[in-house]
Amino acid sequence: MAVRRLAETQPKDFAFTPDNLAWAKREITKYPEGRQASAVIPLLWRAQEQGGWLQEPAIRYVADMLGMPYIRALEIATFYTMFNLEPVGKYLVQLCGTTPCVLRGAEDIRKVCQRRIGEQEHVSADGMFSWREVECLGACVNAPMAQINYDYYEDLTPENFEKLLDNLAAGKNPKPGPQIDRQFSAPVGGPTTLKSVGK
Amino acid sequence: MTKLIVDGKEIDVPPDYTLLQACEAAGAEIPRFCFHERLSIAGNCRMCLVEVKGSPKPIASCAWGVRDCRPGPNGEPPVVNTKTPMVKKAREGVMEFLLINHPLDCPICDQGGECDLQDQAMTYGVDSSRYAENKRAVEDKYIGPLVKTIMTRCIHCTRCIRFATEIAGVPELGAIGRGEDMEITTYLEHAMTSELQSNVVDLCPVGALTSKPYAFQARPWELIKTESIDVMDAVGSNIRVDTRGREVLRILPRLNEEINEEWISDKTRHVADGLRTQRLDQPYVRERGRLRPATWSEAFAAIAKRVNALRSKEIGAIVGDVASVEEVYALKDLMTRLGSPHIDCRQDGPAIDPSLGRAGYLFNATIAGIDEADGIMIIGANPRKEAPILNARIRKRWRTGDLKIGVIGEKADLTYAYTYLGAGPETLATFVKHDRAKLKKQIWLIGQSALARPDGQAVLSMFAKAAISVGGLADGWNGFSMLHTAASRVGALDLGAVPGKGGLDAAGMAKEDALEVLFLLGADEIEVEKGAFVVYIGTHGDRGAHRADVILPGAAYTEKSAIYVNTEGRPQLANRAAFPPGEAREDWAILRALSDPLGAKLPYDSLADLRRTMISAFPHLGKLGEIEHADPAAIEKLAKLGGKTDKAAFASAVRDFYLTNPIARASAVMAECSALAAGRPRQAAE
Repeated sequence: MAVRRLAETQPKDFAFTPDNLAWAKREITKYPEGRQASAVIPLLWRAQEQGGWLQEPAIRYVADMLGMPYIRALEIATFYTMFNLEPVGKYLVQLCGTTPCVLRGAEDIRKVCQRRIGEQEHVSADGMFSWREVECLGACVNAPMAQINYDYYEDLTPENFEKLLDNLAAGKNPKPGPQIDRQFSAPVGGPTTLKSVGK
Repeated sequence: MTKLIVDGKEIDVPPDYTLLQACEAAGAEIPRFCFHERLSIAGNCRMCLVEVKGSPKPIASCAWGVRDCRPGPNGEPPVVNTKTPMVKKAREGVMEFLLINHPLDCPICDQGGECDLQDQAMTYGVDSSRYAENKRAVEDKYIGPLVKTIMTRCIHCTRCIRFATEIAGVPELGAIGRGEDMEITTYLEHAMTSELQSNVVDLCPVGALTSKPYAFQARPWELIKTESIDVMDAVGSNIRVDTRGREVLRILPRLNEEINEEWISDKTRHVADGLRTQRLDQPYVRERGRLRPATWSEAFAAIAKRVNALRSKEIGAIVGDVASVEEVYALKDLMTRLGSPHIDCRQDGPAIDPSLGRAGYLFNATIAGIDEADGIMIIGANPRKEAPILNARIRKRWRTGDLKIGVIGEKADLTYAYTYLGAGPETLATFVKHDRAKLKKQIWLIGQSALARPDGQAVLSMFAKAAISVGGLADGWNGFSMLHTAASRVGALDLGAVPGKGGLDAAGMAKEDALEVLFLLGADEIEVEKGAFVVYIGTHGDRGAHRADVILPGAAYTEKSAIYVNTEGRPQLANRAAFPPGEAREDWAILRALSDPLGAKLPYDSLADLRRTMISAFPHLGKLGEIEHADPAAIEKLAKLGGKTDKAAFASAVRDFYLTNPIARASAVMAECSALAAGRPRQAAE
């Protein structure tokens, strides 16, 4: 992991949409009086969802809303890697680069990312994709895998991964989970044991 | 009490002690970086590891309470070892990790010679590195004009963050990023705004935060250290003045639990460059409208020519804000001998009458007393600007909870929460016939701005009435507390440097053609209108010197041995750290020398003589460091004065914290801070 900085170009200001504002106010009431700052992570997350990435004015906006010093909100935004401090593509590919995935061919997926999308942490020219390598996402049994926005896509090969990207680019909704003939994390090609049970 | 065996020695410590404190109590030395007595416990440097019998791993002693130690199988006291090979090895391991990313730039580091990391590496460091990978490098941050950052040196102890958040109460510093990439910074590198920010330089155990104005000036072992007293405000912070040759290079705090603990304000610390610039280093005499350099005898002759032709009623004197009691005593003595009743130490004109008794103008509750208070009423003061150290004390008390704070006057950010009651005397009036509050130790704090107005005396009287009726005065507790802003004020009031019978006050003397000759003893905060022949005795080419007809160059507070009385009424001795520049002399000696040609020779030839005479007349000034508690009867007398108040709101006596006296106004560092505080763009890039 490298030093994470706020993006150089930032929008002038930020404000929650009325819906998000109502939601945020409800969220704050979950915490006792004087402890409103506890709502900072959900609020920053909602601000990121609204803006696509976490903009600097949004950090101040949330800090003001919760009555906390700006630096405290910035500490949190820079601590958690789930907060994207710079713009990301419409689809953010978080490719697992930890040992089990590498042993199962994550390097090849990485090459596809580099060829199709470009450099890590850069948004592709059409604004559709950006990617980064992350540490273990806990789906080693279906390695190699990547998280694209909110979903896991597992059992990737260069071929099915390219097809996945094509589908996403075309606006289709590809099925999350294993991309080969596998049910969840069951063995490839169907069950191998306890076949007689439940028939 | 909890029993422990530390290094084979049985000790008994209070159960709220940490292991580190217990070990210190047993005489063991525990190395530490992140732990600090006055800050919360972080436990992140791991340098204070000790071995606790029964624990498989070494334990960070700063974050481990003695009551958490498990006793032996038969109920024996817990055994702690601080000197075993295991402890040494563990600490060496920690030190090795700390040094992995620490640059080897001690030869160019300002902390060199007074660096905790350097010192502890002498004991726990190894002489070579086993680390072949790249070192971490961190971009330096801008966090203001006073603190220079070299962030690669940072070891992430977070003392600075905890100081800013807890003591200063301005949470501007923080740690962004995580793990190896953690960096200390302010939000988007804005300058810090606290008046106490420079204390992070003292707290930083390494050279990551160093003093910007003092950068690359000197090494600690080249400096001569002199214990002194600060005169930037009336708190009387204890300071150490570091000099090389005749130059004051820096000012550091000195521990005094009863006053400043171990903090000082930025003005106290960084005014040092103001002692070098704009100095008056020889006498001047005004001839044909222009000041020309003169000799002492020419200057004295010019004064004598004017004074000796006059009647005593036509001579007056105004005492400035940084004068010591010795020179005020000499000046008062001189005026008495010349037969003039016109002398005043209250440049800004607060309605204080010392003849009613000392309790009427002291901070009777004392600064240490703030720790015991359960209620504070602040009237017409902004302690954050007028006395940042005292404000930090209030904040410290506030943080422990159960403290009610009310404010009448300016609605400002004081770094703690308070109930805002109102702006002016009408609000204060509601407390005059108020029920006694349940709070036992109330502090009624009044600032100078509430008194320096036409209805000042009525306000003070009303304040005294309110303090009495709500219960500010109790058995063994005097909560009537006046916060002064001038270091000289309480001492001068003690000496009675106020107009005698038929005498004019400061404003009256400054009026056009009020007097023939006016002596200004470092009085720069008052505009003297035309007419009078002005003799200015002072240190800096400020307002007083511009108006003067004769300038007699004096010594600044670091250049004389002098007694100052702080707002609590505590006399303290400042030692001489350097010599006055050029032909400048100590102020009392100037007055003594001047008294001869004026035909009113003062009867003391040395400072010791002067002090002896003064102390025999005012014995409490001889009890250095002690407070002579004043008789609260004075407050009852004040309450009886009465008077009519008007409706104007109270303001703060200090508009620009950084520029309150001639020394600070001569300082480039203070000018930059002031410009920054005023929100103007920063001038003079580095």
